[in-house]
Amino acid sequence: MLSYALKRTGVAVLLALCVSFGSYMLVFLAGDPAILLAGETGTAADAERIRQIYGFDDPIVFQYANWLGRVLQGDLGRSLYFNQPVTTILLGRIPVTLGLGTAAILFALALAIPLGIAAARWRNTIVDRGALLIAVVGQAMPSFWFSLILVIWFSVKYPLFPTSGSETWRHFVLPTIVLGYFAAPAIMRLTRSGMATVLDSDYIRTARAMGISARKIMFKHALRNAILPVVSLSAAQFGYLLAGSVVVESVFAIHGAGRLAWESVLRSDLPTVQALVLAFSLMYILLTLAADLVNAWLDPRLRS
Amino acid sequence: MRGLSKGLAMTALLAGTIAAGSIALAPSAALAGKDDDTLNAAFLLEVTTLDHYKETGREGLIVSRHLYDNLLYKDWSTGEIVPALAKSYAFIDDTTIEFKLNEGVKFHNGAVMTADDVVYTLNLVSSPEYNARYQIAVAWIEKAEKIDDHTVRLHMKSPYPLALEMLAGNLPIYPKAYYEEVGPDGMGVRPVGTGPYRLLEMTPGTRFVMERFDDYYAESPKGRPAIKNLIVRVLPEPNTQYAEMLNGRLDWIWKIPPDEAANLDRSGRVQVKATPIMRIAYINLNPTYDEGNSPLANLKVRQAIHHAINRQAIVDAFVGGGAELIHTVCNPIQFGCTDDVTKYPYDLERARTLMAEAGYPDGFDMELVVSGTPRPQVEAIAADLAKIGIDMSINEQQWASATDMWRGARIAMRMGNWGSYGIGDIGLITSHYFGDSDENFVRDPEVIEWLQIGDTSVDPAERKKNYAKALKRISEGAFWVPLWTFNVNYALSPDLDFTLDPDEFARWFKAEWK
Repeated sequence: MLSYALKRTGVAVLLALCVSFGSYMLVFLAGDPAILLAGETGTAADAERIRQIYGFDDPIVFQYANWLGRVLQGDLGRSLYFNQPVTTILLGRIPVTLGLGTAAILFALALAIPLGIAAARWRNTIVDRGALLIAVVGQAMPSFWFSLILVIWFSVKYPLFPTSGSETWRHFVLPTIVLGYFAAPAIMRLTRSGMATVLDSDYIRTARAMGISARKIMFKHALRNAILPVVSLSAAQFGYLLAGSVVVESVFAIHGAGRLAWESVLRSDLPTVQALVLAFSLMYILLTLAADLVNAWLDPRLRS
Repeated sequence: MRGLSKGLAMTALLAGTIAAGSIALAPSAALAGKDDDTLNAAFLLEVTTLDHYKETGREGLIVSRHLYDNLLYKDWSTGEIVPALAKSYAFIDDTTIEFKLNEGVKFHNGAVMTADDVVYTLNLVSSPEYNARYQIAVAWIEKAEKIDDHTVRLHMKSPYPLALEMLAGNLPIYPKAYYEEVGPDGMGVRPVGTGPYRLLEMTPGTRFVMERFDDYYAESPKGRPAIKNLIVRVLPEPNTQYAEMLNGRLDWIWKIPPDEAANLDRSGRVQVKATPIMRIAYINLNPTYDEGNSPLANLKVRQAIHHAINRQAIVDAFVGGGAELIHTVCNPIQFGCTDDVTKYPYDLERARTLMAEAGYPDGFDMELVVSGTPRPQVEAIAADLAKIGIDMSINEQQWASATDMWRGARIAMRMGNWGSYGIGDIGLITSHYFGDSDENFVRDPEVIEWLQIGDTSVDPAERKKNYAKALKRISEGAFWVPLWTFNVNYALSPDLDFTLDPDEFARWFKAEWK
C-alpha cells in the first residue's frame, strides 16, 4: 500500500510539473506581460524597460527554470500586478475558497447521498423520478443564472442574505447552495447506481433472508460497498469546486482563489498564476490521496 | 474580463425583473447611504495598490486621489488649474516653476508637510530606478530643489506643456519620513497622504473603508468633503452591482452598458446619468502592412473605409448616451484639438466609387483586430464594410496582445480606444499614434516634427498651429478612422448629488446628500 501510494504521488508530482510548465507557456500566449504592465499610456520603450527588469527577454525555458528554482527554495515570487509577495496574496485568498469549497461539498453530499439511496431503494418509482429531476436540473442549470435567481429572491425581494462579500457565514449561504447543487448530481447518480447494484447482489439477499433489519442492511452492508466510488468522485468534485468556483465567486463578489486565478491569467500575472496552478495541483494530489486512504479504511480488502 | 456577464439570459432576466417592477421595496440595509453618512461605491475591477506611483488601473488611481493631494488641482467646473498644496506658483523660465507651499498642511499621520516632502517625492518618483508605473507623468522632471521650508523649485528636462496637468493629479506628495520607513509595500496597504479622506481599513484589492480627514487643510480647492464615510468595494459581476443598487446597499456604480442603464433608469429607484469622457474609439490602418502590398496602401481604399462606416447609426444604436462623432486623432474637448480637417461623412455610393477607382470593385478580405470594444459595435462596422465588398474577419484579442500585434506590424487594421490618461490636452494622444512612436507606421517626417513642436512648446498659439497642421495632414491621408467619444453611464442613489468629470476620475469628495 505504501509503495503504491508513493508511486502515485510521484506520478502526480510529475504531472503537476507538466501542468505548471504548460500554464507558464500559455500565459505568454495570452499577451505580452510587459505591455500589459506598462499600461495604456505606456510606450514601447516603457514595455522594453519592464521586460528587462522582470527578465521577460530571456528564453521562456530559462525563465521557467529560474522560477522553479526559486519555488523549490520556498520563494513564490512577487505578483507583477499587485507588486506584493504572492504568498501574502494567496494567504488572503485560498482560505476563502477552501471554506466555500468545503461548505459546498458538504452541502452536495448531504443532498446527494440521501437522495441517491432513496432513488435506489425505491427504484423506478416517483421517488426515483423526483431525484432524477433534481439531478438533471442541477446539472443543466448554468450557475450564474441560478446565482442571480437566488440573489433576486433572497437578497433583493426578501433580503435574508447579503448579495456579495465574504465577511460573515451568512455571505456564504447562497454561494454554497449554488456551488454544492452543481456538484451534487454526479454524486447522486453514482450513489444510486452503486446502491442499485449492491442491493441486487447475492449477499444482500442472503442478509435479508437472515432477517437482518432493512435499515441495517441498507446502511451497514450495502452503503459501505456502494460508497467507494463515491468517495473518489467526491474528492475529484471537491478539487473541481476549489479550482472552478470562478463564476460563483464573481457573482457574489467573493474574492477567492478561483477569481484570482481567472483575473491573473487575463493580467498575465505569471508568478500568481503559477503559484495558483501549483496550489491547485497540490490540493488535487492531496485530495486523491485522501480519497484512497478513506477507501482503504472503508474496504479492508484494499489495505493489503 | 466582463465576458461572464455577457450572457443574454442574465441580462434579460434582470431586465425583466426590474421592468415588471416585481422587486418589492427592500428595507434599507445596515450600511445604507444617507442615514449613516456613508457613501457606498463599487468598481468592477480590482485596485492593485494604493501607492499611486505603482498603480496603472483607473480604479486605484481614483481611490488614491482621495488619499493624496497634489501641488495643483484641476477644477473641471472651470477647466482651470488652481493651486492646492502649493499656495501659488510661477514660471521662472520655460523649464522652471517655483511653488510657494501652504503652511501647516498635515499628513494623515499628523506630520506637517514641508518643502522636504515635496522635493523628496518629486526627485524619488522621477528617478529611473524608482520605476514609476506611468513614466509619462514623471519622466519630464529634471529635479526638484528646496529654496526654503515652504518654497520649492521644479526643473524640467525641456519645456513641457503638460507639466501643470501632471502636477494637478498625477504627482501626489508623499510624507518623506513615512515613505522611507515603509516603502511601496507599506504605502500600498497603509497609505498616508494629505488628501481629504484617510484610510481606516482595507482588504487588499477589494474593499476600502475611508473617513473624512478632520485636519484637512482649509485652503484646499477640493474643499472639505460633505460626506463623512466612504466605502469602496470591488464587485466584479455587474448584475450583482445592479441588485445591490436596487436594494440600497450601493450608492454609486459606473461603466453601465446602455441597455442596462435604461433598465436601471426604468426601475425609478436610482438616478442614471451619463458623462462624455476623454476616451475615444478609432480604427488604425497600417498602409505599410505586407510591405505595402495590402489594399490599405491605397489612399482611395482608406478613404472608402472612412466613407462606408455609418458611424452615427452605430452610435445611436450601440454606443448611446452622450457619445459624439469625432473627426480626427483627439477629443474635441482637449486643448489643441481642432475639427478643421478633411471629413469623411457616411456616403456609401462615394465609398463604392472609390473602391472601384482603386481597382477593388469586388472588394477584398481583411482581418480586423479588436480589443476592448463591445461586440455589437464591431459587428455593425463589419456589416457596413461588407457593403463595399470588404469581407472582415473579426479577431478579438486582449488589449496587450492587440497592442503587441500592432507594434510588431503583424496586423493591418486595429480597432481600439484610448483615454489620454484623462488629460484635457492633445499633448499625449496624437503623438501616441503619429509622433515618433512605435505605434506609427505612416512616419510622415513633417507630421512628426509638427507634433514634436506641439508637445514641447510652451506657447499655446504655437502649439495649436502645429497640431492643426499635423491633424490636417493625418486626415488627408485617411490613416486613422476616427469613430466616437466614449461616455460613461453611472447610477446613483436617489439621495446623492454627484457629477462625473470628463477625465474619468470620480471625485467623491465633491459629492453631497440631497
